[in-house]
Amino acid sequence: MQNENMETTQRNIMHFDPKAHEIALSTEDLRVFYGQSEAISEGDLQFERYKISSLIGPSGSGKSTFLRSLNRMNDRIATVKGKIMYRGLDINSDEVDVYEMRRHIGMVFQRPNPFAKSIYENIAFALRQRGLNDKHKLDEIVETSLRQAAMWDQVKDDLNKSALALSGGQQQRLCIARAIAVKPDILLLDEPASALDPVSTSQVEDTLLELKQNYTIIIVTHNMQQASRISDYTAFFNLGKVLEYAETGDIFTNPKVDLTNDYISGNFG
Amino acid sequence: MNAKRADKLATGILYAVAALVVIILVALLGYILVQGVPEISWHFLTSPALAFEAGGGIGIQLFNSFYLLILALVISLPISLGAGIYLNEYASKNTITGLIRTTIEILSSLPSVVVGLFGYLFFVVQFKLGFSILSGAFALTVFNLPILTRSIEEALANIPDSQREAGYALGLSRWETVTKIVVPAALPSIITGVVLSAGRIFGEAAALIYTAGQSAPALDFSNWNPFDISSPLSPLRPAETLAVHIWKINSEGIMPDAKAVSAGASAVLIIAVLLFNFLARWLGKRLYKHLTAE
Repeated sequence: MQNENMETTQRNIMHFDPKAHEIALSTEDLRVFYGQSEAISEGDLQFERYKISSLIGPSGSGKSTFLRSLNRMNDRIATVKGKIMYRGLDINSDEVDVYEMRRHIGMVFQRPNPFAKSIYENIAFALRQRGLNDKHKLDEIVETSLRQAAMWDQVKDDLNKSALALSGGQQQRLCIARAIAVKPDILLLDEPASALDPVSTSQVEDTLLELKQNYTIIIVTHNMQQASRISDYTAFFNLGKVLEYAETGDIFTNPKVDLTNDYISGNFG
Repeated sequence: MNAKRADKLATGILYAVAALVVIILVALLGYILVQGVPEISWHFLTSPALAFEAGGGIGIQLFNSFYLLILALVISLPISLGAGIYLNEYASKNTITGLIRTTIEILSSLPSVVVGLFGYLFFVVQFKLGFSILSGAFALTVFNLPILTRSIEEALANIPDSQREAGYALGLSRWETVTKIVVPAALPSIITGVVLSAGRIFGEAAALIYTAGQSAPALDFSNWNPFDISSPLSPLRPAETLAVHIWKINSEGIMPDAKAVSAGASAVLIIAVLLFNFLARWLGKRLYKHLTAE
């Protein structure tokens, strides 16, 4: 059974030819351990540039752990082995400046986590920490980021209000705006809509489809409709392994692995 | 007895116990205030104490109390802040940090008279600082450090990890995240902790009797040179505080109006401590409101 799975995995990862596409980020033999227990084994995935890739799978399948390993948010929590290749560089090595790396690979979390600062400061803060003090430039970036996150019109008169006074959906879009303000290449999203109502969810999805033009997006989601609505590629995780990885249309209409079929038809998960 | 009656009975007992606590507190406060407030006047608050005649005030003691409070906070706040940040943000859970935490807990339950005697041996005798503001401020620091450290550590621990992750995800270093995100977010509760500990310092007597001394020499309020011994700012002069003054009058006061002075001074002390408490609540709430919604 295990062997069989491994073969399918290998075959499905090569479902599209990496050489024909521009790869933004890829992992090679990624393994994650919490103490002694292995949470991820055989994580080999390639993420294409300017596409949305979804990671789906039942709870505890390791998809969030995998995502958090990609910009090393798991550094103090887990042991991550293997390679994460970004622009020809293994960013999982000790020599890499993680703080610098995370400016290229940003992240949005499951629960909206705006800072206890004003809307403006939420976005401008990290830029100022990098030494950008030009007021005009900051104003400009705040505006474009909020526009890209599709919330400029709602908050343009309240930029000095506390971000904590916003609704959950607005807070989450502010977090997206904050993440893209530092101009990353890749945006990792860990179930960004799971704490939101359907209207806010569809707004966040629209935002992501908009952002796809300039960003490579990798998103963990529990919501299979969401994965099929917005993503170009979908990876199915189970028990810490990638069982299938293919174009989203293929995964949902013609899954090659029985478990994938079971999961997307709602038989378990 | 059925459940409904048992519930009623239990509720009644709880109400009675709560009422008892409130009554004791109100009676105590009321007694001190009723006895003391009539004695308070501008003259009483500003003039120096008289040892043998009636009509003395508490001006110098009041000034000493505030000066010692400020000095003690200036010394203990940076140390507590550093220790709190280290314990909550940097220290990993191991035997050594466990030992530090236990030590802080033991220190915080140390009786203040023991702190005072330690201060006497260490600062007054060993370091030859004499009975002085400086000895008193150091003793108060020893007294205040563990509690302030704990309250700052707790304030930081109440900031959810998602705030730290948000900082890391933007490429901020741990230090930037702690100083620019976590500490500002915890500021309302840190300030509440500081003001509450200020109330404790202000009312402290036992730690000061053998360190800041029991005498309040006349001060020249036109001389603000801290190196002059008669200046109010001089850190090397002995300085009896309000709380010590109250203790002293009651144990060996020989002025004819000792009872009135003691009552007035107690009322001033109680009012000051109450003010610190209200200020702490008000400041904390306001800051929180300011941070969360305009």
